[in-house]
Amino acid sequence: MNVNDIVNPENLVYAKPALMNENHMHYCPGCSHGVVHKVIAEVIKELDLQEKTIGIAPVGCAVFAYKYLNIDWQEAAHGRAPALATAVKRLLPDRMVFTYQGDGDLAAIGTAETIHAANRGENIAIIFINNGIYGMTGGQMAPTTLSNMVTSTSPDGRNVKTTGGPLKMLNMLALLDGVCLATRVSVHTATAVKKTRRMIKLAFENSMAGKGTSIVEVVSTCNAGWKMTPEAANNWMVENMFPVFPIGDLKNI
Amino acid sequence: MAKLKGYVEVNIGRCKGCNLCVVECPTDTLDLQPREVNDRGYHYAYMKNPDDCIGCANCGFVCPDGCITVYRKKVL
Ligand SMILES: Cc1ncc(C[n+]2csc(CCOP(=O)(O)OP(=O)(O)O)c2C)c(N)n1
Ligand code: SF4
Ligand code: SF4
Repeated sequence: MNVNDIVNPENLVYAKPALMNENHMHYCPGCSHGVVHKVIAEVIKELDLQEKTIGIAPVGCAVFAYKYLNIDWQEAAHGRAPALATAVKRLLPDRMVFTYQGDGDLAAIGTAETIHAANRGENIAIIFINNGIYGMTGGQMAPTTLSNMVTSTSPDGRNVKTTGGPLKMLNMLALLDGVCLATRVSVHTATAVKKTRRMIKLAFENSMAGKGTSIVEVVSTCNAGWKMTPEAANNWMVENMFPVFPIGDLKNI
Repeated sequence: MAKLKGYVEVNIGRCKGCNLCVVECPTDTLDLQPREVNDRGYHYAYMKNPDDCIGCANCGFVCPDGCITVYRKKVL
């Protein structure tokens, strides 16, 4: 069969999301951040919220998220995204407001902001990229780093006796009355990406419906920080991250 | 019996050669260029076995950089 018979608009089944622009993304090859950006762009388009969305970008590798998706963004100081999102959503309650945060941002410097925003039940969606490490600054240990995991600041592996164990922010947040959705997903396979899409869609719908705080934790890879190929990082994540951060809903009301 | 035929276009300039599409493809259609590189020096993905593509779009879903466009057609 001739290629030209297949390649025409009526046969199109997948393309770069319309809201993702042509800017070349700065992420390392194979980084989970890019997949999650695409999913967010697709969901906003599907819900027809491009004129109503305000994303809050973090400090971390996703600091330039605002350069890649054609929606309104605000850049927050490190860890303060939920506080900024609170202000934006309260001042403009008809907007869909979401934060996009790494585990260093959300679970270390921004722990207080995250917990209190969720406890107040702010009508925001929190997209939490948990790659177990500080990617941007050179792969330092994060609160989410696994026990015995080697990072640039735990060269002999994380010692839980002196640094505690991997912090399960989602489990803590799920206990709070203000939280309507607390779910863990991943983006390493096509099936997983489709599931993530459904959960991010639900989180964005919850923000619009005023149901409270939604948290979607994406168990992710940082292949550069973990010093592996993207494929090996996906496998390592399944083997080592999933037992500690199991995929699935902790709360969905 | 109707068969599904697919075709994948790779945005060569955006591709970073991460190889995740190659791994996720159920039909071994894709591979990275063994010698050719793009402007940024990456061995970009291409259809090594174009006849095998079923247009499932798995490659597109897992591509972190939105490099992949997938077409699918039923053929008799
Ligand atoms: C107030 C402040 N403290 C520290 C830093 C340095 N810093 C930049 S990014 C980062 C951690 C980012 O890690 P994470 O949130 O996990 O995101 P990732 O890069 O892994 O996506 C730190 C500590 C900063 N920019 N501002
Ligand atoms: S350092 Fe890690 S998190 Fe940052 S872009 Fe590279 S792979 Fe992604
Ligand atoms: S559409 Fe499916 S079969 Fe075709 S190259 Fe992509 S993953 Fe492989």
